[in-house]
Amino acid sequence: MTTALEVRKDTPFTIGGRTFRSRLMVGTGKYRDNEAMAQAIAASGADVVTVAVRRVNLDRASEEGILYHLDPARVFLLANTAGCYTAADAVRYARLAREAGFNEFVKLEVIGDEETLLPDVQGLLQAAQTLVHEGFKVLAYTNEDLVTALRLEDAGVAAVMPLASPIGSGLGLINPYSVRLIKRRLQVPVVVDAGVGTASDACLTMEQGVDGILMNTAIAAAQDPSAMAHAMRLAVEAGRAAFLAGRMPRREVAVPSSPLDGMLGDG
Amino acid sequence: MSETIDVVVNGEPRAVVRDATLLDLLETLHLDPRTVVVEHNRTIVRRPALAAVRVAPGDAIELVDFVGGG
Repeated sequence: MTTALEVRKDTPFTIGGRTFRSRLMVGTGKYRDNEAMAQAIAASGADVVTVAVRRVNLDRASEEGILYHLDPARVFLLANTAGCYTAADAVRYARLAREAGFNEFVKLEVIGDEETLLPDVQGLLQAAQTLVHEGFKVLAYTNEDLVTALRLEDAGVAAVMPLASPIGSGLGLINPYSVRLIKRRLQVPVVVDAGVGTASDACLTMEQGVDGILMNTAIAAAQDPSAMAHAMRLAVEAGRAAFLAGRMPRREVAVPSSPLDGMLGDG
Repeated sequence: MSETIDVVVNGEPRAVVRDATLLDLLETLHLDPRTVVVEHNRTIVRRPALAAVRVAPGDAIELVDFVGGG
């Protein structure tokens, strides 16, 4: 889908020293089955795919795990610390994930509130510092607060991931101004994570100039996940291309597109 | 008939053979050590060491892998 023009104009999408082809990252949760998940991931074109760390189900130990459906040679597995409410827990999950042996990247979540799943920024910063010190490449899920984003960058994270709106809400990009400000002020990549509901949300988000988007529910909870994954792929590419193209200025009155000269006379 | 000891695996009490190693435990549970990460009393045990670590009564063992998530 990528055109030669886009290749020429765009910069590589690099996080923590690794360059990725697609600016769309996808999650693997909430699919009706692993086959639907694998199809949707293929349709999305994503090369970064998130997974969660959980206890092995000892009653169903012989069943195929999710990794049976995700070829680490084709997708980059990004483990998350979803479900962690303290810095200590998040660090523990990140260490377990790294031990699985795929890479040293982690999507760091430290949640502060059950209803909104908004981040606990104090715990987040603390965990980020510890993990960076231990050599992790940290992608930090955070809110759209500039100061927290700056502190995360100071802590040495590989990418900052402000939310579009709460996890799983599908409300879209609520605060484009803050997200744009974060992008403008940070040196590290900014990847919007969570809240996108449909393709226009993804497109609008990419038009803010952010480096990428991570989404899960918008695809997994669509009636046809593969079709939505395809739509998201197009939307992310379109939004990115529009950002690079540079949009026209907004005006509050009409400006004619056709010439005023050469209109027929009355006489 | 071998003697057993009580340990906790993934939060559930479980009887294992005395002097069993972590690798023995994985075998008993039909788990492939290449796909599971083992935490023994809050310390991660790397794969090559699984056959060298023996479980003791009351040990807490966590066996984790990856599942779908966002």
